[in-house]
Amino acid sequence: MAVHRDLSPETPPPPPPAEEDDSHARWKASVVSELARVVDNRAINAEYRHLVADCGEESAQARPGQFFQLLCPQPPGGGQPFLRRPMSLYGVDPEKRRVEFLYKVAGLGTRGLETLRAGDRLDIMGPLGQGFRLNADCRHIVAVGRGAGLATLAPLAKAAEARGIGVTAILSARRPDLLVSVELFRHHGAEVITVTDSQSTSGPANVERLLRRLIAEGRCDAFFTCGSSRLMGVQQRLAREFDLPGQVAMEQQMACGIGLCHCCVRDFNVNGEIVSRRVCWDGPVFDLMEALP
Amino acid sequence: MSETRDIDMSVRIGGLTLRNPVMPASGTFAEGLESVIDFNRLGAMVTKTITRELRAGNPLPRVVEQPGGMINAIGIPSKGVPYFIERTLPCYTPYDTPLVVSISAPTAEGFASLAAELSIPGVAAIEANISCPNIEEDGKAFAMRAESTENVTRHLRAATNLPLWMKLTPNTGDMPEVARAAEAAGADAVVVANTILSMAIDLKTFKPCLGNIMGGLSGPAVKPIVLRHVFQCARAVGIPVIGCGGISCADDAAEYLLAGASAVQVGTATFVKPAVMVDIIDGLATFCQRRDIPRVADLIGATVIEEADEPDVSWLSPAS
Ligand SMILES: Cc1cc2nc3c(=O)[nH]c(=O)nc-3n(C[C@H](O)[C@H](O)[C@H](O)COP(=O)(O)O)c2cc1C
Repeated sequence: MAVHRDLSPETPPPPPPAEEDDSHARWKASVVSELARVVDNRAINAEYRHLVADCGEESAQARPGQFFQLLCPQPPGGGQPFLRRPMSLYGVDPEKRRVEFLYKVAGLGTRGLETLRAGDRLDIMGPLGQGFRLNADCRHIVAVGRGAGLATLAPLAKAAEARGIGVTAILSARRPDLLVSVELFRHHGAEVITVTDSQSTSGPANVERLLRRLIAEGRCDAFFTCGSSRLMGVQQRLAREFDLPGQVAMEQQMACGIGLCHCCVRDFNVNGEIVSRRVCWDGPVFDLMEALP
Repeated sequence: MSETRDIDMSVRIGGLTLRNPVMPASGTFAEGLESVIDFNRLGAMVTKTITRELRAGNPLPRVVEQPGGMINAIGIPSKGVPYFIERTLPCYTPYDTPLVVSISAPTAEGFASLAAELSIPGVAAIEANISCPNIEEDGKAFAMRAESTENVTRHLRAATNLPLWMKLTPNTGDMPEVARAAEAAGADAVVVANTILSMAIDLKTFKPCLGNIMGGLSGPAVKPIVLRHVFQCARAVGIPVIGCGGISCADDAAEYLLAGASAVQVGTATFVKPAVMVDIIDGLATFCQRRDIPRVADLIGATVIEEADEPDVSWLSPAS
């Protein structure tokens, strides 16, 4: 059975001592692997596809910055992807019990995802990892993203709006037609600045100029970033100069997704000491100032 | 499911009685899995291998997917003994499930002193990982030879009174001989087996797929090979054999028990189906139920070998 919604003990062990009894009786899964039902799966531009699926209660509790591990179907003519594929949360609706992902067809797993049609089942496991934290005393945040980072940052728009926090999104891509999440950010009241390689506006110098302006205008209480280590470097310098906090969502090849296998480790600089952390379990969102490119 | 209630699922591994024969394989289990399954359902818990030395682990990439499995070269990252005792151990003490601590060291003396230091309350057994292909150069390990296995087991036996499980490697010519050496030197059980030394090359870059060049194959792809090792080792020794390799469902586990395993460890399958161990426990009970087998232990070594089935190896002789 691939659905593990209810794991209440069935063959109870010999009753443990009374003091211990309580906590275990109430054990409940916070991460589930379940068969979600695909609602929609279509291309939104030349690179990215948008996957929408109905899911259960636990999955629909996912927060911005968290991710899921998808068991991808076999693509035509290809082998069965053996391991799950990590996928950032792009959108979530706790009422409708629905999750959304954005993906680029790149390898075996995503070629399998591409074959999904409305009504198909997809085994999703989540919600996983430590997401973004939106501090209540933030008035205005800046989200800077590129590539897959545009999808990862997207759920921040709705979450910030719900808390009355202003958002400026600086979204970067190779060409204007490859930008994603622009409408989504605008829909939730964010100001969107797009920068692209083809318009020569995406370089670190220009992004730094934009960020300095936002800081000067008092519209940058914190940085949120994903998808570009060059842009992360710019924000780290500015964060240090102006003493601003920040969070970065990092990516790494994963296997288990729940901190078991130590395959997705990265080094972090924690007060001058190099510390190895698991992206799937300790992250994927980390303190901006501790991240290393 | 009340139907599973009648089956006696317990098994004995030396002096230790487990509530059922299913436990995680070292390196594929940690606190994080508690978000998916109730550890009080497991037969035992097995930690990731720890070492006394602080180890960073291998360069990335550390895993590469294969058809029906994966190759890993994690390389035993370890934060040392004090960290383990202060931070890791307390995560497992709330559970009413025996904790098996997996250890490794570069020398037999190192194994012994680590086992001694970890023979503390909260630790139910020591599993000596003398078989990791990812720490020594060229995949070498103690369990590749009977003499080094006997030597390290003897040192360990003198150092701890806890049940001692020796985890063996399939990367050797004669596993039954290695298993016998472990038994002779006082092991309480052997775990068969660690991963199969292997490699993969990226055809775009012509580079090895793993940072460590070679790694260990695990998952369904290894199951028939390791099952055969379990069968041979179980015939060779009197101590319990714990089967480990490619188990992904209750039928796989049942097959291992029939081959002679007294319990099983589940590794890679948990990465794909995080609650698979609970499914296997329930599935084994159902397996027994359907066949009117009252105790899961009745399956151990119950492969039916008729005389004519005895393997005919005459074709192996040079004359043929
Ligand atoms: C990512 C990974 C890490 C592992 N780490 C360890 C380890 O630290 N110590 C150990 O004895 N075995 C380790 N193993 C081997 C497993 O415990 C097990 O012997 C092997 O994977 C075969 O079982 P499986 O096919 O069910 O995974 C590791 C395996 C994997 C896949």
